[in-house]
Amino acid sequence: MRHIVSLLVENEAGALSRISGLFSARGYNIESLTVAETEDSTLSRMTIITSGSDRIIEQINKQLNKLVDVVKLQDMTEGNFIEREMMFVKVKAEGESQRAEVKRLSDIFRARIIDVTDTTFCIELTGSGEKLDAYIRAMHENNIVEVVRSGSMGILRGEKALTL
Amino acid sequence: MSGVSVELSGSEIIIQFLKDEGVKHLFGYPGGAVLHIYDALQKQDDVMHVLVRHEQGATHAADGYARATGKPGVCLVTSGPGATNAVTGIATAYMDSIPMVVLTGQVPSHVIGCDAFQEVDAVGISRPCVKHNFLVKDLNKLAETLKKAFYVATSGRPGPVVVDIPKDITAPHIKVPYLYPEKINMRSYNPNFKGHPRQIKRAVGLLLSAKRPMIYTGGGIILDDASAELRQFVRKLGFPITQTLMGLGAFPGTDPQFIGMLGMHGTYEANLAMHECDVLICIGARFDDRITGVTSKFCPYAQIIHVDIDPASISKTINADVPIVGGARQVLAEMNKILDNTELSIDQTALEAWWQRIKSWQEEESFAYDRNSDLIQPQAVVEELYQVTNGEAYITSDVGQHQMFAAQFYPFDEPRRWINSGGLGTMGFGLPAAMGVKLAFPDKDVACITGEGSIQMCIQELATCLQYDTAVKIINLNNRYLGMVRQWQEFFYEKRYSHVNMDSLPDFVKLAEAYGHVGIRVDKPADLHDAMKEAFKLKSRTVFLDIITDREANVYPMISAGKAHNEMDISPLQQQKQASLKGRGEKV
Ligand SMILES: Cc1cc2nc3c(=O)[nH]c(=O)nc-3n(C[C@H](O)[C@H](O)[C@H](O)COP(=O)(O)OP(=O)(O)OC[C@H]3O[C@@H](n4cnc5c(N)ncnc54)[C@H](O)[C@@H]3O)c2cc1C
Ligand SMILES: Cc1ncc(C[n+]2csc(CCOP(=O)(O)OP(=O)(O)O)c2C)c(N)n1
Ligand SMILES: [Mg+2]
Repeated sequence: MRHIVSLLVENEAGALSRISGLFSARGYNIESLTVAETEDSTLSRMTIITSGSDRIIEQINKQLNKLVDVVKLQDMTEGNFIEREMMFVKVKAEGESQRAEVKRLSDIFRARIIDVTDTTFCIELTGSGEKLDAYIRAMHENNIVEVVRSGSMGILRGEKALTL
Repeated sequence: MSGVSVELSGSEIIIQFLKDEGVKHLFGYPGGAVLHIYDALQKQDDVMHVLVRHEQGATHAADGYARATGKPGVCLVTSGPGATNAVTGIATAYMDSIPMVVLTGQVPSHVIGCDAFQEVDAVGISRPCVKHNFLVKDLNKLAETLKKAFYVATSGRPGPVVVDIPKDITAPHIKVPYLYPEKINMRSYNPNFKGHPRQIKRAVGLLLSAKRPMIYTGGGIILDDASAELRQFVRKLGFPITQTLMGLGAFPGTDPQFIGMLGMHGTYEANLAMHECDVLICIGARFDDRITGVTSKFCPYAQIIHVDIDPASISKTINADVPIVGGARQVLAEMNKILDNTELSIDQTALEAWWQRIKSWQEEESFAYDRNSDLIQPQAVVEELYQVTNGEAYITSDVGQHQMFAAQFYPFDEPRRWINSGGLGTMGFGLPAAMGVKLAFPDKDVACITGEGSIQMCIQELATCLQYDTAVKIINLNNRYLGMVRQWQEFFYEKRYSHVNMDSLPDFVKLAEAYGHVGIRVDKPADLHDAMKEAFKLKSRTVFLDIITDREANVYPMISAGKAHNEMDISPLQQQKQASLKGRGEKV
């Protein structure tokens, strides 16, 4: 099953490699990993999307927790959470009809056009992974120049929070 | 020196910190990146530096020292090749959860990343085989980092920690205030010690309800110094106990309640009892694959209680019905308390019947070997060693058949006496480890049971033994084969022996003499006793006993890959015995 695991990690050089190294050394799946400093500059927040049997997921959580740099961990999948991913797509936009079509599609998906040239649009879109997939599918394949996806981030709904 | 801070250089801080931390021995090898530290080292003699002959030797010696004493072993090596040579020893300690701190020199901070001379990413290389590691970036944080390293290495589930120290941090002219950090706080590291009271109660209830109980313990008992509590526990219950290779000695090897080691080369009775038990309690062991055999057929009738300080050990390979995360000593003490006050009682009739079955398995004598052979049997050598040392020696070993014979034929009555590499199985471990043990206990008998293959992997440490008067006895079970590998080729590759013949062996007697030691060769069973006696009479000498053993001897019983505990290959002698004892049902 797919799991979304959030971590608070000491903001130290090497912390990321300990975590990615754990996944590769033990052969765990990693679908995406996002990381950035938090409002407390000594901490980084990481979201990992992984998958595996219950036993593997339990091991992943335990092994992550065991890393000395990991301050706190939460497997969001067990609770009520929100997951979002961000994407940039650069598409060919040449001629009136193609430009209108891209715009129309982007409106439907509530995507924003953030850069425009005579021949291209750059589009920003946020949402669940499926929504981003659907946008790419809807866009004509040979129109797409470049896709950049951030990987998912997660947060718990309600008052619960992953903080120190 | 508490309370008052002094101004010290990085090198001086390292030395002063080691003193304050109570470190007596430092196993090391100098080089460019650690020159400043070595300069500070020679100005004092509180911390004894042991100059090994290879950095691998330093790590194994520190490791042996740690296993024998319970205190962390400490090493100091230079950058680049010094650090890479240490990796095998670090991984060895990691796999067996041994507390160790390895200080590696690093090129100066400003050239890190420039492919500087003898630069290697020591933190990166060691990352997968350390409990944690640090790169020191700020002289002001050096003492704190060292304290963290010792704290992490020795607490919770112990393990090796590497501290990588760039040369500029150790410069003699840059001084900062130093105060020994008595305590350290790490928000991200809180090893959990206390077992959950309700789970502990449940476990005791389950144990008392058992008809065919089994206790299986491992290295965690020794790491936690929980031997006394374990002995009480086992005796209160009257249950059979088996121990892993790493757990030997925690419960006395000569006690009738101990039914031998379990696993691949464990006793017939221990493995069958595992297979047939209805309640299993595992304390401080990790269901290693050399223990479980094929997991799908592991303990098919048992409810399993698992006590371990590392949550990740629990339900990793075998699912636990009653998981208890906690230190072995504390949990055992709790269980002993409950046992003293409980109304519940054991079904003695069932237990008696269970013991009868175990005794019937024991009658088959799974360790039997040919005592009338003209060739020296390796088992006989270990038995002789046991006799001559009254079973009280510290025994280190290398990896191979000799290691298994040592574990099978030298019953240890005390913990920390049996010192071997179980998890990584590192050939070359034995001699340097013995050296480390002898430095810790100069008045004790220390022997290294080895093979002609393994001993050559760290033979250079014979020089260190001379320099530091570590009079260890090397018991070389010389079968002219990489015997363990040959055994597998005999069993599983129809005797197609591929590169296991140890050709062109040195004359070990002359070699020992060349290093300034005593060498004795034994090739007849009749000479074994006197030679062994002689070796231990030479108290102050390192003695190399080169014992020419039966080339084709095999280790029995054996559980091969994909097999269960009740599917052991047994020795030809046991097969005969089994036939003569005839007609016994093996079913529950
Ligand atoms: C050639 C060869 C053959 C082998 N054959 C066998 C064999 O037949 N039988 C055998 O048993 N082994 C054998 N081994 C060894 C085997 O590979 C493993 O190393 C060994 O079985 C592991 O022992 P253990 O389960 O006691 O775990 P250890 O590696 O000793 O691990 C200790 C466990 O205790 C836990 N622990 C640590 N501290 C505490 C604490 N304070 N409180 C509670 N728990 C704690 C740890 O988290 C860990 O789970 C062999 C090795 C070699 C090289
Ligand atoms: C460093 C290392 N290389 C290879 C092995 C694989 N190996 C395991 S046992 C063994 C043979 C050991 O031979 P020897 O030391 O003579 O012991 P014996 O089995 O003959 O008693 C080998 C090669 C190992 N464990 N360690
Ligand atoms: Mg050999």
